[in-house]
Amino acid sequence: MNPSAAAEIKTTRAPDAIEQARRMVQSCIQCGTCTGSCPNAFAMDRTPRQLWRLVLLGQREAVFGSRTFTLCSACFLCTLRCPRGLHLTEAMHALKQAASRERLTAHRPVTAFYRNFMESVRRHGRVNELAFMTLYFAEMKSPLLPLRYSVLGLRLAARGKLSLRWPLRRQRPLEAIFRRAAEMEEGG
Amino acid sequence: MIYHYYPGCSLEGTAREYDLSTRAVMAALGAELAEIEGWTCCGASAAESTNALLALALPARNLAKAERHAEIGAVLVPCSACYLNLKTVAEKTRKDPSLLSKINAVLGAEQLRLQGRLQVKHLLDVLAKDLGPAAIHPKVVRPLDGLRIAPYYGCQCLRPYAAFDDPEAPTSMEPLIRALGAEVFRWSMGGRCCGAANMNTQRTAGMELVAGILAAARGADALATVCPMCQMNLDAFQGAAGRLRQADLRIDVLYLPQLIGLALGLSEHELGLRFNFSVKGDFHRRHLKEVAPHAA
Repeated sequence: MNPSAAAEIKTTRAPDAIEQARRMVQSCIQCGTCTGSCPNAFAMDRTPRQLWRLVLLGQREAVFGSRTFTLCSACFLCTLRCPRGLHLTEAMHALKQAASRERLTAHRPVTAFYRNFMESVRRHGRVNELAFMTLYFAEMKSPLLPLRYSVLGLRLAARGKLSLRWPLRRQRPLEAIFRRAAEMEEGG
Repeated sequence: MIYHYYPGCSLEGTAREYDLSTRAVMAALGAELAEIEGWTCCGASAAESTNALLALALPARNLAKAERHAEIGAVLVPCSACYLNLKTVAEKTRKDPSLLSKINAVLGAEQLRLQGRLQVKHLLDVLAKDLGPAAIHPKVVRPLDGLRIAPYYGCQCLRPYAAFDDPEAPTSMEPLIRALGAEVFRWSMGGRCCGAANMNTQRTAGMELVAGILAAARGADALATVCPMCQMNLDAFQGAAGRLRQADLRIDVLYLPQLIGLALGLSEHELGLRFNFSVKGDFHRRHLKEVAPHAA
């Protein structure tokens, strides 16, 4: 990770960035069943068990300096097997939400993907791949990124599985709900 | 038998064939689907990664809309991610009235109110338990004789809610596959994760999982799936996965209702087989000896 990204993690504004996850894993006994069950552990720089220990110790820099939580694919095996009955997949979600709120540069490729997906849903009510990808590429400003998706995009379009029309509906059917949810989250 | 039907966004686009085949097979089996009017996105795996309250409010909105029709008691959902999002709201609000009021405070912005009286059911649950092999078998006119089908369940229809199957060693597809005249390919990968959205955000990690599943399916004639995300991952990346493993990992990947529909005598066109990347040409001609339909 580059130094500025590391500095950014050090100064994450919200003091509770990992607090929610910490409450969720409070009674972790460090048995490692989560690590043994995780299909993505092979690709992680810290195992799930290590991540929960760091969360419990309040090591914010180490937690958000790791890509472990972004690799959770929500298979729920660790949640199913945890002998303490902890909602570990939801704790992973809580970390993803915190990284998204804080807009941490190191995790932007992942968090911007989800954030722009949600923005597209906010505007159109349902997912429109073209609208969503356009937003995502615009935020990422990486000239190579669209290429990574273009092969699948073109194959989908060739099979008639991708609408290449820009959605015309301007109604924003979910606007009221998005707005109310944001107000309530801010108000605590 | 009538269900509310929540197709979800994928079934309008990248998983069109799942929508076509689900509707066709349910009609052939005499079950009625009432599509939820004005349904919207359930949040997919994006809401839970960005905002916890929206992750509950978005699926809740669809349940609240469906509840207006008091005569129907269950929602049928073919997509496993949508299913889990809707199911999570149903399960959590049942146990937590304060959460229900919080969700209703959000839905109030649209004058909607969730009571929490609907059952949320995955398509596989309905096919395997509500209808069952006994309802399907007598309607089979083109048995899938000798076809070895590997049942692939994925994760979110099995976990965390063990609603209709063993969440670690699932078997609910097996009697259905046998009812079609096909054989169940024995393997242990049915409930292993396909990498889900990691195929979009962190492809190297996702590809390993896809390659592992496809490699384990060698020897089967077809893979059966019950989720658009699993289908996309296993159907569209066989070339890249094969290069990773240096092996030929090509296999026909079909949605379970496509396979059921074939056995029920529905056409490949009706079932949308032209939309599957891995199905090249006429599935029937390649895999099955032509059998004359049973006399009625």
